[in-house]
Amino acid sequence: MIRKLSAMVFALALLAHLAPLAQPAMAQDDLPPAPYAYRQLDDPAQEAKAQALMETLRCLKCQSQSIADSDASMAGDMRSEVRQRIAAGENPEAIRRWLMDRYGDYVSYKPEVSETTWPLFAGPLILLLIAAAVLWRRLGGKRG
Amino acid sequence: MKHWRYFLPLAVFVAFVGVAAWQLTRPRDDFVHSAMIGKEVPSFDLPTAVGDRPALSTANLKDGKPKLLNIWASWCIPCAAEAPQLARLQEAGATIVGVAIRDRPEDVAAFLDRYGNPYARIGRDDLSKVQLSIGSSGVPETFVVDGNGVIRYQHIGDVRPEDVQLLLSKLEEAKR
Repeated sequence: MIRKLSAMVFALALLAHLAPLAQPAMAQDDLPPAPYAYRQLDDPAQEAKAQALMETLRCLKCQSQSIADSDASMAGDMRSEVRQRIAAGENPEAIRRWLMDRYGDYVSYKPEVSETTWPLFAGPLILLLIAAAVLWRRLGGKRG
Repeated sequence: MKHWRYFLPLAVFVAFVGVAAWQLTRPRDDFVHSAMIGKEVPSFDLPTAVGDRPALSTANLKDGKPKLLNIWASWCIPCAAEAPQLARLQEAGATIVGVAIRDRPEDVAAFLDRYGNPYARIGRDDLSKVQLSIGSSGVPETFVVDGNGVIRYQHIGDVRPEDVQLLLSKLEEAKR
């Protein structure tokens, strides 16, 4: 009996301590989600296009997630925007460009060669060339 | 003497550590800055967010007078924290127009009753459309828009007391 009581007291004390943690750290709005935030497009081909694009667009609130992954309301609004534009016949790359014009390259996960990223693409090529040159000198040189 | 070659890998390693150490000492910037600075605000026409303030459209931003465009929401806590600073900006002569993100009229009214209303106009943006179109990635953000509707400056996060002077000078710059 006493054991049961003390277990209950313990459980209550635990709850009292955990309760403040249950509150959200940041407030979120409570408006219903945008029309196409959680609703797929009726045309499967269009939905596939939208999905492929959404998986390569960064959620701006939770920056390591794509908008396809995120439950942030802003990501929902972005999904709705993407789906509606796709439904209207817009090209996925044009939508990506529209967002990059507003948020910069960072909003897109798709690797692109640009002023700042070219060393990432050129680096491995240069290393390969150096390795080939070294091998050629060591192996080819001896034989000749 | 070819011995210097044996030190090449070490030199590359030291260079790598140097770059990493230098990057570590630099302050982190997690903000996604808008790429719309220097460009015109895309056209929009929002309904009014609260009874006693008129609605907001692009035409209102092109009336020849520089303005502060404040992106905010009643559910956003830092927005409450910046309210005294917005009041000071308004007292100093700034025209502030607001875009309420995903908000209800009654919540907007309650927020303004509690924290004051520095806004000349407030538009209601239920789908974050205007927010997306100007490259804003959260609430609150404050844009300086000149009299021709061109975005001149973006302040990300709540306006702190030390930011008031900077925003006033950016508004002054936008007059030119």
